[in-house]
Amino acid sequence: MKSVLPVLTVVAVILGIWLLAVIPMNMHLVADQAQRDGAMVQPDTPVARQEYSGLGLALRNPDLIPLTYQFQRPRLPSPQQVAGEMYDTIIGQNITSRRSLVYHGWVTLAPTLLGFVIGTGLGILLAVGIVYSRVMDRSVMPWAIVSQTIPILALAPMVIVVLGSMGVQGLFPKSLIAAYLSFFPVVVGMVKGLRSPSAMQLDLLRTYHASGGQGFWALRLPASAPYLFASFKIGISASLVGTIVAELPTGARAGFGARMLVGDQYGQPLVSWAALFAAALTAAALVGIFSALERVTLRRMGMAAA
Amino acid sequence: MMYIGAALLIWIAGWLLNVRLANGQFSDRMAVKIAVPAIFGLTIVIVWELLVIGFQINPVILPAPSSVAERFVQEGPILWADFKQTVLKGALVGYLIGMVAAFAVAVLADRSPFLTRGILPVGSFMAALPIVGTAPILVRWLGSDWESKAAVVALMVFFPILVNTVAGLKDTAAMQRDLMRTYAAGYWATMFKLRLPAALPFIFNGLKIGTTLALIGAIVAEFFGSPTVGMGFRISTSFGQLALDMVWAEIVVAALAGSSFYGLVTSMEKRMTFWHPSQR
Repeated sequence: MKSVLPVLTVVAVILGIWLLAVIPMNMHLVADQAQRDGAMVQPDTPVARQEYSGLGLALRNPDLIPLTYQFQRPRLPSPQQVAGEMYDTIIGQNITSRRSLVYHGWVTLAPTLLGFVIGTGLGILLAVGIVYSRVMDRSVMPWAIVSQTIPILALAPMVIVVLGSMGVQGLFPKSLIAAYLSFFPVVVGMVKGLRSPSAMQLDLLRTYHASGGQGFWALRLPASAPYLFASFKIGISASLVGTIVAELPTGARAGFGARMLVGDQYGQPLVSWAALFAAALTAAALVGIFSALERVTLRRMGMAAA
Repeated sequence: MMYIGAALLIWIAGWLLNVRLANGQFSDRMAVKIAVPAIFGLTIVIVWELLVIGFQINPVILPAPSSVAERFVQEGPILWADFKQTVLKGALVGYLIGMVAAFAVAVLADRSPFLTRGILPVGSFMAALPIVGTAPILVRWLGSDWESKAAVVALMVFFPILVNTVAGLKDTAAMQRDLMRTYAAGYWATMFKLRLPAALPFIFNGLKIGTTLALIGAIVAEFFGSPTVGMGFRISTSFGQLALDMVWAEIVVAALAGSSFYGLVTSMEKRMTFWHPSQR
């Protein structure tokens, strides 16, 4: 609770910088528009105005400054415009409407969650295989690590189109990208976690004459919980970003990615900005849910977070 | 059918060879440690080639590795120009800008616990802003050449490096700081002699996360507008022409660039944090 005030301060500073930046960023566009509407603008031709910086122009036409905050197609929308657009599209619309961000959010969230479940499930299985099989450890693990350095996200749109041309459409292709992105963080984290019991603890189980299965369920799996939660938090936000990127080539029908693209291509910056912040809020909420689960679970298990 | 059978045989042979190598008496030798994953990778490539021929898969869906390799050799100059535009200009410049900015903010924030508590949650929220939304905005502001890509990359790498650096600067024991005080060391002396070295493992963690993000950022940002050169540009136009072997050749370049960038940072980490338990 004691970090509420510092967070608010930092947010206030960022908002202040943002509010100040709106003036020079939009000044040229506003001046052009004001002149078309018949107002007096100094200097009076767009070419001559290009000579001045946004700030210089604002100082010469102080009466235009308020207009930069209400401009319809700004380069940088003002915070209250973005907040208004978000309020409008989240609360002001029926959630089944295509104008509602909640609708688009669900379109993005569903493949993210499906992909995350597939990815983490397969990741945990592979991690168990790697920990118990020397061959898999030696042959697969180096590739699992190298594959994390490959910018696979950049290829997500291609994968979608190729799958689409093979007749695979809808939820599944997007989930595939989300699954891939959450897969490797879980593999690497789980391998670390399953190996985290010390030699002493493993020896103790051997003195109890515990079988391999008992050792797994009673020692290795519980010991990996903190690592698993850390991987979950990385994986779920990677999945969300993956799904958003994967939405780009689908003809921009629905979802956060589609909203951002539509806003960019049809000159509606407010739509883009609202989708951008909504996506970040969704990611923060998902990570927050896992943090809460982590705290509750680890406390009941009597452990601290890794 | 023959090709599919051959693929199956080679898969089994490669796996059996790996089983023998990994469980054999020399399994801890360096050569075997490299050979086992190499054999695994090689079998996958051969099986891929044979399956593409065997099932007569349309090259528009999945090209054979041999045709990708052919493209890679033929189009060398183009790939090199794309590499220079995207990796050397966009990704590397942006990475350096983001890194310096993150260090500066981290040192500033570290002077006040109040600021640190505020910056970390806000930072992790900003890090969640998806690149698909920020890239078009920055391309619109800064034009379509490499400057806008550098800005996207700087924004993406900034937060992981910032969060890790701030965490690292906290990682000194009260005893160690007291020792510095008994030496009458000032703020900057303590910073450079104790706290920055102690923070290095954390900083390198952030830098390593940043390497992959930088490449992703530079490539994805090119999808939203670029001059007629660059890896992202080439991937999207080659894909439009259904030249998938070219797309895969760019993927190979991206993979090589990504892993060598990561390798470079890791080797720097090995040299600079040789004292840390994880490196010994």
